[in-house]
Amino acid sequence: MADFEPRIVAFCCNWCSYAGADGAGVGRLQMPTNFRIIRTMCTARVDPEFVLRALSKGADGVIVLGCHPADCHYIGGNYRARRRIALLRLILEQYGFDAKRLRLEWVSASEGEKFQNTMTEFVNTIKALGPTPVQKEVN
Amino acid sequence: MTKSALVIGGGIAGIQASLDLADRNIHVYLVEKLASIGGTMCRLDKTFPTNDCSACILSPKMADCIGHPNITTLTFHEVLKVDGEAGNFKVKLLKKARYVDPTACTACGDCIAKCPSKGIPDQFEYGLTTRKAIYIPHAQAVPRVALIDAEHCNMLTKGKCGVCAKVCGKKAINYEDKDEEFTVEVGSIIAAAGFKVWNANVATEYGYGRFKNVVTALEYERMMCASGPDKGHIKVPSTGEEPKRIAFIQCCGSRSQKAGWKKYCSSVCCMYATKEAMLTKEHIEDVKEDIYFMDIRSYGKEFEAYIHRGEDQYKINMHRSSRVSNVDEDPVTKELTVNYTDKDNNGVSEIYDLVVLSVGLNPPDGAQDLANILGIELNEYGFCKTTVFDPLNTTKKGIFVTGCFAAPKDIPTAVAEASGSAGKAGAFIVDENFVPCAPKVYPAEKNVEGKEPRIGVWICHCGVNIGSVVDVPAVTEYAKTLPGVVMSNETQYACAQDCLEAISKAIQENDLNRVVVASCTPRTHEPLFREACREGGLNKYLFNMANIRDQCSWIHMHSPEAATAKAKDLTRMAIAKVALLEPLVGSEIPVTNAAAVIGGGITGMAAAIDIAAQGIPVHIFEKENHLGGFALKFNHKEDGVSVSDYIKKQIEAVTKSPKITVHTGITIKDIPGFVGNFKVQLTNGEEYPVGGVIFATGAGEYKPVEYNYGSDKKVMTVVEAEKEIADDKFKGKNVAFIQCIGSRSDTVKYCSRVCCASSLRNAIQIKMKDPTANVTVIHKDIRTYGFREELYNKACQVGVKFLRYCVDDKLPDFTGSTVKAHDSILGEDIEIPVDTLILAAGITPLREEKEHIAQMVKVPISKDGFFFEAHQKLRPVDFATEGVYMAGTAHWPKFMDECIAQASGAAARMLTVISKDKIVSDGIVAVSNHDVCDGCGVCEGCCDYNAITIDVDPVSGRLKSNVNPGLCKGCGSCVASCPAGAMEQRGFRNKQIIAEIDALLDYPVGGA
Repeated sequence: MADFEPRIVAFCCNWCSYAGADGAGVGRLQMPTNFRIIRTMCTARVDPEFVLRALSKGADGVIVLGCHPADCHYIGGNYRARRRIALLRLILEQYGFDAKRLRLEWVSASEGEKFQNTMTEFVNTIKALGPTPVQKEVN
Repeated sequence: MTKSALVIGGGIAGIQASLDLADRNIHVYLVEKLASIGGTMCRLDKTFPTNDCSACILSPKMADCIGHPNITTLTFHEVLKVDGEAGNFKVKLLKKARYVDPTACTACGDCIAKCPSKGIPDQFEYGLTTRKAIYIPHAQAVPRVALIDAEHCNMLTKGKCGVCAKVCGKKAINYEDKDEEFTVEVGSIIAAAGFKVWNANVATEYGYGRFKNVVTALEYERMMCASGPDKGHIKVPSTGEEPKRIAFIQCCGSRSQKAGWKKYCSSVCCMYATKEAMLTKEHIEDVKEDIYFMDIRSYGKEFEAYIHRGEDQYKINMHRSSRVSNVDEDPVTKELTVNYTDKDNNGVSEIYDLVVLSVGLNPPDGAQDLANILGIELNEYGFCKTTVFDPLNTTKKGIFVTGCFAAPKDIPTAVAEASGSAGKAGAFIVDENFVPCAPKVYPAEKNVEGKEPRIGVWICHCGVNIGSVVDVPAVTEYAKTLPGVVMSNETQYACAQDCLEAISKAIQENDLNRVVVASCTPRTHEPLFREACREGGLNKYLFNMANIRDQCSWIHMHSPEAATAKAKDLTRMAIAKVALLEPLVGSEIPVTNAAAVIGGGITGMAAAIDIAAQGIPVHIFEKENHLGGFALKFNHKEDGVSVSDYIKKQIEAVTKSPKITVHTGITIKDIPGFVGNFKVQLTNGEEYPVGGVIFATGAGEYKPVEYNYGSDKKVMTVVEAEKEIADDKFKGKNVAFIQCIGSRSDTVKYCSRVCCASSLRNAIQIKMKDPTANVTVIHKDIRTYGFREELYNKACQVGVKFLRYCVDDKLPDFTGSTVKAHDSILGEDIEIPVDTLILAAGITPLREEKEHIAQMVKVPISKDGFFFEAHQKLRPVDFATEGVYMAGTAHWPKFMDECIAQASGAAARMLTVISKDKIVSDGIVAVSNHDVCDGCGVCEGCCDYNAITIDVDPVSGRLKSNVNPGLCKGCGSCVASCPAGAMEQRGFRNKQIIAEIDALLDYPVGGA
């Protein structure tokens, strides 16, 4: 399991967390390469379907990163995301996923370091959980 | 007739001023004496304090400028004569012969390859390399066309050769080209002539010019730069090997009374030297670096944290109070010995491979000639003369100044000023007869409906930023294998003019209907590439970016293989999405032609006056019962005018202006709305519709908890002391100032910028009134940057004593009658009798108040508690949220002249929006598919902008949801909520995002 390299999908909102991820780059903050960012305008755009799709396609973890509470560029989008993710985690457990495979975090535009720490920590969490229970169809 | 504006100087300040004028549909002549715009900034490798690649952030602006339909960019031109007066200047210009037709030249470089000349010093590279007689100024030159250096061309000097004309396929060479004079008419002029670096040859003691391994900081920028002569591989000039020991010598040409040196501080060298040292460390891990300086002057926004990062993380050795006396060279090894006196007063010698001289900033070449032509005055240092209360005005009406031509300064200050001068210059052009420039005409957009995707891909090296980590050729080849891709190219700088033109051309020539650029972040560069798409006749929404720099090469520097695999994945995802994107059109949004300025201090008033001068109504909202703000507490004079007189004058101007309405003693309840259409709602029920909002909410003074302030009457703040001095009530005989109270401490980490100068100003006052008084300033560093160094010199002259306590950063002890401090220069504990202790209390951001108001328009606050701008370097007064701006101490601690200039900057930025009747909204909005919509209304409750209504559909007679595109902000919250899948977000449709997910996970890592 030592060389298990998880595949992680990260949904970032355009205004805070995507900018925070850029900020991590500007600060040359180094972190694991295991994640790929998909940009949405707001975390509220992250349809539960996207998360389920990613997990069913074999992603080992999904992380949604948004603006801090009260900082949402769109007033309350992050609160909606928070409710949706909370519900999704319940559903995931019913499907036999460890709920830790889905996480929601807040990263502001100026928090490059938090982005670095969050991603590093999430990669480690997923590494500890091991590969996704989804059997991947190999074509 | 419509009048134009003239901007002299094509550096970042001139570019920004031109863009701000042009965005108000004012025509601009931008005159640059060199063959490319970009000024000094385009020669820099990176910029502090974000370490943003200079070319990356400047290139988009240069491209905007040259491509702007309202800007006539006249490179290789000079101003010969100016007649007339404000509103009606006649300007005679000289077009210098290029000997190459810029409209025909494609910058293919064939002429350069064949030109037989050689060995001509390349000025752009500060002579570090050579060029031919025919040359393109540099890799990112704008315009990117060749020119002939007549002095070195055989054909032009001897009539023999003509090779370049023979090889030029475009027949662009014209040896008969002549200088031409012509005249333009302009309403106002902005002088943005920049600066030149100090001539380091004067410092014979440092051996520049004699010792090969002594270089100036600007030469060093080129040595580090990926597009520089050594492609970013730093080499010791004498050996060509990597340097392992580098010394940076500060204040080269600055802060000295020596002949040929300048008395003032050049303001930027401490920061750029630290930046260069940090970046060197990224190039050469085991390099030892020492910076020798007197004071470290990191007074700007987040500068102090940057210096700490350099020291702690990058292990740069900071030698405080260490002025280097001289540099010696070993004639055999060419190693350099730096001799200096350390903080303990010992003579020390250290050996280095390379010495970098932090050369100061001088007035530009020909400053006096330009001043004569314009009829303006220069100050005693040879820079353009301005005053504290009119920092952007020259001594002649209708002519404004911006950037380093007025004083040495950093980029964001120059950019804010540039916007400000544009605003002021615009006031002389926009009158009742003003006819705005016609909008830019683009080629007709090609119809892509029903067509198979034909995708063009560009993968950017970004110098070494991407290319040194990610295998760009491999990613480029990989992209060619992906569905829909018809061409894939690698490019040195995707954002450079040549690549943008290549994209536009390929859309037409290769019939592309989708474009992907894998480079940096869409947050800064998407607009630029979208513009290139439009130029090629492609709807700008048929474009997508893969962020393989900020979110890949920069954060995975030590994992090149994994980073390359990631870059392939990101590119594949971007391609999968772009194939499904559809053309979108934005909707027109009406604009309320009125402004809100929140805060009625000197910043707010200056902004309001500037906006009102353009005939646009302004509301000033001030929480106190009166205007004036914090500056009402000041009791000193600037340029012979007392601050209180200035405030009185401004209050009078504001209250008398028919365009300005002042609301004092009010509380703002909320500011709903969006760009062009905000409503300022007050708690008293009043509501004011405005098109934009400026936050000039100011800052507060730190209330000291140190030294029994408040209970001990001997202890006061500088502001309080200043009042006593002004009222002739100051009695102190043994006076000590303690600096950095509430600044640069464990709790407040930043430097409050203004305290050193205000302490010294008062210390001088005390000594002038009573020469027998003992006045000591106890400090960490004295940060009287720029011309404020005058205060430091004067203070020394009148006998103010200085004691540096910075060693352990512990505050000195005050017993009630004596101050005990460790003098880090003498290396001894000193005890000074004190009857009056004056605390240099710092500036606090009023964080809570700011957070409250920031929430109303959803704008961010920096970690220090000040407003967080859209981009620290190039958008210093804008928020990321459109239509909202900031100025003054709400942005960062600053002096009055800086507040006033920034206020003008914010006003001008806002004018680019609110001077128009309508703006076009983004196309990325939600839209409901009525065929699927059940009218359940879940989406309606999800929308925080009331953009969705559930109405009876006239066709079906059923309830359906409708989105108002003017109100929709494009968050997509409703889309994710729709149980029927009827709601969609243009540009982020479900199938488009799912395509990204599938493109990622249907393939193994890196594609394979």
